[in-house]
Amino acid sequence: MSLLLKNGFVYDPLNGVEGEVMDIAVDHGKIVETPLSQVQKILDVTGMLVMPGGVDIHAHIAGSEVNAGRLLRPEDHFKDVEVRGKRTRSGVGYSVPSTFTTGYRYSKMGYTTVMVPSMPPLEARHTHEEMDDTPMIDKAAYPLLGDWWFALEYLQDGLLDECAAHIAWMMRATKGYAIKIVNPGGLESWGFGKNVHSIDDPVPNFDITPRQILRGLCQVNTILNLPHTIHVHTNNLGRPGNYYTALKTMDCVQDLAKGKQPIIHVTHCQFSAFKGSDWSNMHSGAEGIARYLNRHTHVTIDVGQVCFTNTTTMTADGPFQYGLYQLSGNKWVNHDVETETSSGIVPFRYKRKSYVHATQWTIGLELALLINSPWKVFLTTDHPNAAPFITYPQIISWLMSRRARAKLLNKINRKARKRSALASLDREYDFHEVAIMTRAGTARALGLTEKGHLGEGADADIAVYNVNPETINPSTEYATIQRAFERTAYTLKAGEIVSRNGEIVKPVQGSTYWADVQTREPQEAAADLKQRFGKYWTIQYANYSIPERYLHHSKPIAIKAEV
Amino acid sequence: MSVVTDVVCPVCGSLCDDLEVFVKNNHVLIVKNACAMGEAKFLGYAEHRVKTPLIRRSNQLVAASLDEAIDRSAAILASAHYPLLYGWSNTSCEAIKKGIELAEEVGGVIDNTTTICHGPSILSIQDVGIASCTLGQLRHRADLVIYWGSNPWSAHPRHIERYTAFSEGRYQDSEWHGYVLKSRATQSQKRLQRAADLVSKTEASEERESAGLPLTQPKKGRKLIVVDVRRTRSAEIADYFLQVEPGKDYELLQALRLLVRYEELEVEAVAGIPVEVLEDLADVLIGCDFGILFFGVGLTMSQGKHRNIDAAISLTRDLNQRTKFLIMPMRGHFNVTGANTVSTWQTGYPYAVDFSQGFPYYNPGETSAIDILNRGEADASLIIASDPVAHFPKQTVQHILKNPLIVIDPLETPTSLMADVVIPSALVGVEVEGTAYRMDHVPLPLKKVVEPPRGLLADEEILEKILQRVRVLKEREA
Amino acid sequence: MREKAALSGARFVLLTGRTIYQGVEKEKGKLSQDYLHSVAICEMDPEDMTVMKIKENSNLRVVTESGSVVVKAVKSMRQPHPGTIFMPYGPWASLVMTSDTDGTGMPSLKGVPATVEAALGEQILDVRALLREYYGRE
Repeated sequence: MSLLLKNGFVYDPLNGVEGEVMDIAVDHGKIVETPLSQVQKILDVTGMLVMPGGVDIHAHIAGSEVNAGRLLRPEDHFKDVEVRGKRTRSGVGYSVPSTFTTGYRYSKMGYTTVMVPSMPPLEARHTHEEMDDTPMIDKAAYPLLGDWWFALEYLQDGLLDECAAHIAWMMRATKGYAIKIVNPGGLESWGFGKNVHSIDDPVPNFDITPRQILRGLCQVNTILNLPHTIHVHTNNLGRPGNYYTALKTMDCVQDLAKGKQPIIHVTHCQFSAFKGSDWSNMHSGAEGIARYLNRHTHVTIDVGQVCFTNTTTMTADGPFQYGLYQLSGNKWVNHDVETETSSGIVPFRYKRKSYVHATQWTIGLELALLINSPWKVFLTTDHPNAAPFITYPQIISWLMSRRARAKLLNKINRKARKRSALASLDREYDFHEVAIMTRAGTARALGLTEKGHLGEGADADIAVYNVNPETINPSTEYATIQRAFERTAYTLKAGEIVSRNGEIVKPVQGSTYWADVQTREPQEAAADLKQRFGKYWTIQYANYSIPERYLHHSKPIAIKAEV
Repeated sequence: MSVVTDVVCPVCGSLCDDLEVFVKNNHVLIVKNACAMGEAKFLGYAEHRVKTPLIRRSNQLVAASLDEAIDRSAAILASAHYPLLYGWSNTSCEAIKKGIELAEEVGGVIDNTTTICHGPSILSIQDVGIASCTLGQLRHRADLVIYWGSNPWSAHPRHIERYTAFSEGRYQDSEWHGYVLKSRATQSQKRLQRAADLVSKTEASEERESAGLPLTQPKKGRKLIVVDVRRTRSAEIADYFLQVEPGKDYELLQALRLLVRYEELEVEAVAGIPVEVLEDLADVLIGCDFGILFFGVGLTMSQGKHRNIDAAISLTRDLNQRTKFLIMPMRGHFNVTGANTVSTWQTGYPYAVDFSQGFPYYNPGETSAIDILNRGEADASLIIASDPVAHFPKQTVQHILKNPLIVIDPLETPTSLMADVVIPSALVGVEVEGTAYRMDHVPLPLKKVVEPPRGLLADEEILEKILQRVRVLKEREA
Repeated sequence: MREKAALSGARFVLLTGRTIYQGVEKEKGKLSQDYLHSVAICEMDPEDMTVMKIKENSNLRVVTESGSVVVKAVKSMRQPHPGTIFMPYGPWASLVMTSDTDGTGMPSLKGVPATVEAALGEQILDVRALLREYYGRE
């Protein structure tokens, strides 16, 4: 169907459009040049804000650890239910919503693509089943590879090409999109209940350090020409003083960068930005990290912004999650995955009056405000670790309004408020910057060339927000900003209106993207794996890979590797 | 004759996926690598089948067409106020998804066999969490394996050889060799003793078989401990067996929790076991490199129920302060884990999900199948891939039979004999593909090795037909 | 175990569970004689059998507060377990299990107070007869 969005204020940073009034033409699910020869439908969006659909670079919405979180928290579901609609399935929500509810809620906020950041390769089938049951949005998943025995073995012997060939096999077998690294070396250590504490700590039973894993996989990423960089959850997450680890992690791959392109993405950076030596003197390391980001071009981060609410932490960082259980005394789920990775889940409540939680809240905002370029810092809450994704509109209002920040700042723990630089930060994001950190920048960092922009050939995934950038003053009208971003006037997916004023009008399934990495001799890695498979895993080689037909809507991205 | 390799066995929660099935003329002739149950399934699946759809007329089940059976089923469900859709553990995830959609459409309750099996385990996990892993972690790392209230020899026959004491791992070797040697030694000893008894013409001495290695005797390699109320076959191959008094597991687990925290017990014995033995056991628990506690329905079904599991999970969790220790429920049916998993991601809850208010509501004890039936609240039932007439307590079965009963099953069972509508289906994992989840949540692809009998559809397809018909009926009503 | 409904003279604790024979036969089909032989049984400690005057492989009646059923007495190979009797899962065991779940959703399928008595003249019902007798249908 051909459709014309008329007269909106368009924000399309990837194509240099900053609030111009212009028409956007859609045909056969894609953005096309205006004028259209024939238009079947006209959508008058005068006085409204038009952006590409949101692209979330990191949200735990599907897979075994997410589902373990759902199972763990019936009390989280009781308070937030979704009644069955004429066109929509019922479900439950809050911090670990059921899959249908997840898709509907993202769509109502104008998001159209969400990345699943933690896929244990052995259980990839589960992640794909859940992604297929998450409607309204396109998805992709990152297989966890930083502690995979094959990766460790090849890297410790310096065999980069062999490692790359095996990672390529893994990417195709699991239908994954990017290399995810979590607490490198720490997860293998956790297999026997241990952890690593610096990037130069040796990994027990192997002859390798986290630094070598990071560098090795970074080089593998380049060899394979993967669309995204390595996506890294640093060692020492959540520990006072870990800001040094974060800086060392970013620095240890700097020489591998090519030109001004990013070569590493450090995710939910707030959790890795703690200065100090223990919980009583822990304070913000955001300034140092921002300074590093401002001076370098090889790193991107996403924030991992905390909100004060009762949420659920879930990561592949088994030892960190155990530590969180010890700190909080809350119920704890652990799930170690043979040969590959681990995970842990602990419910967690962030309190305004807690010095540490309040400091965490300020750290996230400081990172966003001190890093000059929104192309380097993206909006996430590491859903649901720092907060559920439904808090994004509120966070946007904080970024756009100093007053909104100040209002909450006055209610947090006094010591945290005094210690934080936040009160002195005047900067207020504008719509252009918001568009970058929630869609244009993330799409670019992910290498998703048809997302995050409204140029010709882009997927017609569009969000129309009912707010007039010419008449609104976000600085004072932050409540209006929050409401506007909570529900779009229209969300379009592949050129069709799927959500209108907070109501799903057309359920769609969405597609799953994956990196179809073509190497020159794929049969070699396959043969090697097949021969050794039984010594590593408890399932058969033939039952490991996920056939493409298993995905309801498969969108492979053909990539040619340099190996 | 052709061979299908890497076949996933659709019987128990071990979900062994290395079966080889030899097929000729659409019949399975030989199956390799399966245990006795797996072999029984692959060689015996063609007998005892329901051959055509059946509808009860004048108190007799008579043959009917598929359309008639679908229509009757849809009419029953569409007009019921509070239908129960139960079973699910012996079918594929794809069918389970359809079942959830159907339950939501008719505003009924969807529950699976967890409710009479590991329901208490799930209640407990929701209270205290669970520290667990995939089975390969144990094969590679576990030097202490405990089966508590679980008898793998009978219920999960290949578990020990594939995943624990008799398996080969990166960091641990198989204990099979050691077991064989010890077994031979024990047999020789018995023969000598019997010969000696004959010669001296004395009564065969009361063969109180020793409880195994003294716990404190250092043993290289993996240790296998069994805790049970009877000396099961699994207990016989264990290095150490603890016989616990029935109904006293809770006390025993809590006592161990105290001991691993270096606290003193002021009694002589707990659950029939002397405290000195328990102190040794606590040392073994703390002193291992990597321990795993498997528990079965011995804990969930006896007095204390989920509190027994609380204690077991808490013991495991406490042990993580000293060493690496994990715990795992021994799930019985091959896809009960899949039923929980699919139900959780689609509705937020793993079993006993009530859709009567238009959204998922969960309260085991209220919305669980046994309780709903005991209270006489369900006014129709759809039973699929399960046999509650054979396995539910009598009083509960009587309630099922007071109302219309629809059964979808490949085999003739006590439940299908009592039904008002029977729809035969193709066997998942033999005649139909699908996804299933192993007891440790690893998903596996079930294979199709033979064609189903003519006219038989997969569970998923049958449910889809019923769903479509229900929608038509409801639209007409509206 | 509910004191107020205590079975008078209950000397045994009834456990139900899986056996390999029950597991094999259920896969083949539950309406067969083989299945009946594998599950319509009650395993007892040999000393208990002597005291209760029940002969091996004779019929006995298991009685609980929920009802009673006639099955074959089998000498347990898993002794000693005085005071405990064991029946494999199946329609016969289900006739004597407690349906109350104590609000947990889970009925007590293990640890039910029971008595046993010799039932020499009585028959073990096959599945169809059992269903007719106890559930009024076939």
